[in-house]
Amino acid sequence: MISNLDACRVIEKSRGDALVVTTMGAGNPRFGWPVVSQNQSLDVPVGGAMGKASSFALGLALAQPGRRVIILDGDGSLVMNLGTLTTISERSPSNLYHFVFENGCYAVTGGQPIPAEGKVNFKEMASGAGYAAAYEFDDLEDLASNLGRILDGDGPALINLKITPEIENVPIHLRERPKRTTRSAVQEVRKALAG
Amino acid sequence: MEHGQAEAVLHPHAIISQLKKNGVTHVVWLPDSETNFMYQQLMEDPALELIPVAREGETMAIAAGLWVGGKRPVALIQNTGIFESGDSIRGLGLDVNQPLVMLVGYRGWDRHGVSRDSAAKFTEHIIHAWGINYYLVETDEDASRISLAVEEAERTSKPVAVLVGTEFGA
Repeated sequence: MISNLDACRVIEKSRGDALVVTTMGAGNPRFGWPVVSQNQSLDVPVGGAMGKASSFALGLALAQPGRRVIILDGDGSLVMNLGTLTTISERSPSNLYHFVFENGCYAVTGGQPIPAEGKVNFKEMASGAGYAAAYEFDDLEDLASNLGRILDGDGPALINLKITPEIENVPIHLRERPKRTTRSAVQEVRKALAG
Repeated sequence: MEHGQAEAVLHPHAIISQLKKNGVTHVVWLPDSETNFMYQQLMEDPALELIPVAREGETMAIAAGLWVGGKRPVALIQNTGIFESGDSIRGLGLDVNQPLVMLVGYRGWDRHGVSRDSAAKFTEHIIHAWGINYYLVETDEDASRISLAVEEAERTSKPVAVLVGTEFGA
């Protein structure tokens, strides 16, 4: 198993000038992408529109074909929007890299298991949907040593990461909230890409 | 049929020419019976990229990504898809000030009678509830309302709907 923060650190090392879209645990302000990102002006946290961060990333990848787009998705988020796998596959943007942080549960709502937890195989689902490549890692060093090659290869690629759950039981209004909202981030990134 | 009635139809070129006139780059859509008549021409038009989705809630999110990336998309879905898309319209439409024009096939709409289709019954109420403005397009003459919708979406930085009535031609 890999910790949420370690996964983000490894991805950040290979990020380059990629646009990074995050949701749920991967975008957690205490143990997620905002802690490690070295270029927040190219990050878009997607909190609303549950499950649709990967759809947003698809649009971004199609609009910016010359730049890598990385989506840090959750397993609970992906099962809310499984059709995204076929929609992404249909357009098949070669610059889209779809990471799934699979912790088996809805960590932000107290840790309830996702449907088919322990049975579902996201790597096989992506392959079956027609992604160009699909991978799975449960070891940090293994991920670190392969990530450069994966990001140099053609997408769309799904990279499923077995993540240690970090459960939050604090009511939402009492939690630390991300400093960058989706609204401010989309305006900033839009401006940066237009510039 | 009288001459005036024969003219009162909506042709694909009337809508597509409006999209092109307004610099639309992508049509994010899920097929429906009300707008199916445009499919072939949309597929064949190199100026418009068609992005099919598995379910309508994806359309606003994909459109948001395209918009952030510098493109000008529209969504093309049925009113039933509007019902399914609530969280996306909220989270990646209204909340992020996306100037998205949503072309919505108005299933069940009947100007001349009482519709028994609950899809039609709830459509305008739902759109009103979001505070989203909308225009009705039933004939070629109405198609210029798409330009009004584009202008309004840009000026107000929020989604605007265009309800596509059922009186379409081949």
